Amino acid sequence: MHREFLMGNEAIALGAMAAGVRLVAGYPGTPSTEVLETVAKRNPGNIYVEWSVNEKAAMELAAGAAYSGARAMVTMKQVGLNVASDPLMSLEYVGVKGGLVVMVADDPGPISSQTEQDTRTFAQFAKVPVFDPSSVAEAYEMIQEAFDFSEKYHTPVFFRCTTRVDHGYEAIQVKDAEEYKNVPMEGFVKDSSRWVIFPRLSLKNHGLIEKRNQELTAVLSEYPRNAIQRENGSYGDNAARKGIASHGISYMYALDSLDEENHVRLLKVATPFPFPEELALQFLEGLDEVLCIEELDPVIERALLQICGKHHLNVRIRGKLTGDMAAAGENTMLSVGRAISSFLGLSEESLPKPADIPLPVRPPVLCAGCPHRASFYAVKQAMKGKKTIYCGDIGCYTLGNAMPLDMCDTCLCMGAGINIAQGVGHLDKETKCFAFVGDSTFFAAGLTGVVNAFYNQADMTLVVLDNSTTAMTGHQPHPGTGRTVMGQVVEKVSIEKVLRAIGLTVVETVNPLDFKQARDTIQRVAEEPGVKAVIFRSPCIAVTKPAGHSAVAAEKCVGCKKCIRELGCPALILKDGKAFIDASLCTGCTLCEQICPVGAISGGDKTVASSDCPRTSASLRVGGDRNA
Amino acid sequence: MHKNIILCGVGGQGTILASKLMAAAAMSKGFEVKTAETIGMAQRGGSVFSHVRIGEGLKSPMIAPGKADIIIAFEPAEAVRHLPFLKEGGTVVASLAPIFPVSTMIGDSSYPLEEVLQQLKKSVKNLTLIDSEAAAKELGSMKVLNVLLLGAAVRTGELGLELEDIGAALHEKVPARFHELNEKALRYTEGKKLS
Repeated sequence: MHREFLMGNEAIALGAMAAGVRLVAGYPGTPSTEVLETVAKRNPGNIYVEWSVNEKAAMELAAGAAYSGARAMVTMKQVGLNVASDPLMSLEYVGVKGGLVVMVADDPGPISSQTEQDTRTFAQFAKVPVFDPSSVAEAYEMIQEAFDFSEKYHTPVFFRCTTRVDHGYEAIQVKDAEEYKNVPMEGFVKDSSRWVIFPRLSLKNHGLIEKRNQELTAVLSEYPRNAIQRENGSYGDNAARKGIASHGISYMYALDSLDEENHVRLLKVATPFPFPEELALQFLEGLDEVLCIEELDPVIERALLQICGKHHLNVRIRGKLTGDMAAAGENTMLSVGRAISSFLGLSEESLPKPADIPLPVRPPVLCAGCPHRASFYAVKQAMKGKKTIYCGDIGCYTLGNAMPLDMCDTCLCMGAGINIAQGVGHLDKETKCFAFVGDSTFFAAGLTGVVNAFYNQADMTLVVLDNSTTAMTGHQPHPGTGRTVMGQVVEKVSIEKVLRAIGLTVVETVNPLDFKQARDTIQRVAEEPGVKAVIFRSPCIAVTKPAGHSAVAAEKCVGCKKCIRELGCPALILKDGKAFIDASLCTGCTLCEQICPVGAISGGDKTVASSDCPRTSASLRVGGDRNA
Repeated sequence: MHKNIILCGVGGQGTILASKLMAAAAMSKGFEVKTAETIGMAQRGGSVFSHVRIGEGLKSPMIAPGKADIIIAFEPAEAVRHLPFLKEGGTVVASLAPIFPVSTMIGDSSYPLEEVLQQLKKSVKNLTLIDSEAAAKELGSMKVLNVLLLGAAVRTGELGLELEDIGAALHEKVPARFHELNEKALRYTEGKKLS
């Protein structure tokens, strides 16, 4: 054992390794990404790790490993679980041999997601047991227990965390590599009565699952991480008439908000499904009312209400359903502290007030020099005066919606933009329909959409924003990058060739940092009938070195602010009425140089584009007549 | 010892490394440490924060409003944004150099710099303001602002850590070719009269 200062996700990875995991697959998504990255980085050598093209692929891969008797883990964020839900729902019916942990990171807030969906609720729907840790240290221990549990009950299990556990840091004790468990693996043994899901098997297994989950309410009542605590004031006396039921990071907020004088009983729920019913009954005994403090859905609250109903208990259950806690959003030290003060009738501390001066709004923006800015700007200029719809997607480029670019009219989920553009186009022939998709998203969820649009004769322009990485989650490789997370150099999958193979005849690749070429290409391509594609290829600024920066010749600048007003680049600011470029941010993309009406900006170096990114519009038209 | 420290600034300024240095320094002195921070999304250019808690028996990694002993702000408007976290009589170490967001540049929000500075001076008794532009010129880099601010924060005595503790952490976490520059930044405020 040794002590390390670890991020929650790192602790989860080390915990899985200590438990003898042999295969880890996932798709990057905040706040889950670092789990897989840590396994890849600290792999003792016997673990197969991959970034799969999407969560469904990862889930099926993990199922294969678990069928073979190996311990496997699949990682994703809550919206990724939707993609993986098809195999998972069936996998619960089929069951596993080796332990299979589905690590899902939920994002209350949401800080970087489309939804606030709660994996605890998903677990009830999928009938899959779920573990919900409340600290980094607990996550490390609990994931090892989750593997044992999964194997014992032949079921995949959820390991569900939220942002503050995933991205919290704590100094904890972890095992040395020599102490890692070695779980022997039998290999896949043919047995079609077990591994092939026919309706008859589904019916039989459904019954068994319901019976097992009912039994697990008693088993999990004995699980020490589900616990009743009386340590605050009422330790040892059962006289407390009020209780607080909580979970995850909210439980820690509650502990921090309580002090010795508060007579209150605490229930910590580490397995919200199957709910530890017997333990909850002990907790409820003698209480008048309970405040449920939880994030996202009222899972504990509903479970307690149900238990009270089933056992005719006269306990008032309060929480989200009664309006005592906020129905949406992340819990904070402040919101939990206030709820507890109000519940226990304590006087609230007066808090310092926020300043009453207007503070600048500071949302995240596309980086200075980001090629997506150039791509968006080129399309915007090319389509000036035309009726358009710009269907966005999930990735850094969702930030293209921000002013002044304003180039994201819709954003639903990974890959959706392509068929939303198709749908608009089928009904509104006047509108020029565009779909923007990133390179990683193209492989993850865009391909089937393009096939659908092409085959069903859509009229739309697909713009692939290829920055040669999965930028938003921290630069993970994908099938277009030519390397894997294990460090192998492999054959790239060519986006151009894939599009050609589907049947698209107009597929052009342009460097978006060459403004005129980019704009002209869009103008030309958008006029073509059917589904056509422009691939804007220029690497993410975070994976290339900046090469010289642009500077404004103050004597030439007329202060028209066109560069600032139209590009919204964080490196461009106004100083004494003239444009000024922050040299520490500028990457020399030269977009501002190319649009300055008086030629006052120079010095950038377009060679930021790497060798496989054409500097000019080398049209990669292959395959003869595009209208054939 | 129990210390609640908030670092805040703009994405890309190095708050995360600063909080890691602090955590490593505190760990080396045998303290428990818990931290929480903004990660994810493309946080570049956005408001970011780190909560750092040092002491014994810590539960949550997050700091409640009104409970921070010290705020280390990499940008003056971000300092004001986080003031509600400061305890009464708490300390603030802040960089004077504003970073104007795109929203301000295109007129979608305002940045009243004078009022921001006035607010800081009015509401914080133990205030250290750093002319980071001058410092960057002298040091030859803006990239070490995080270490410079850490050094200034150590000087206030509110971290419960010494320059040597941070220095040792620096040697562990930062590539060798940057040691000298960072060491200089760490000691930059030493012997200087600060406002």
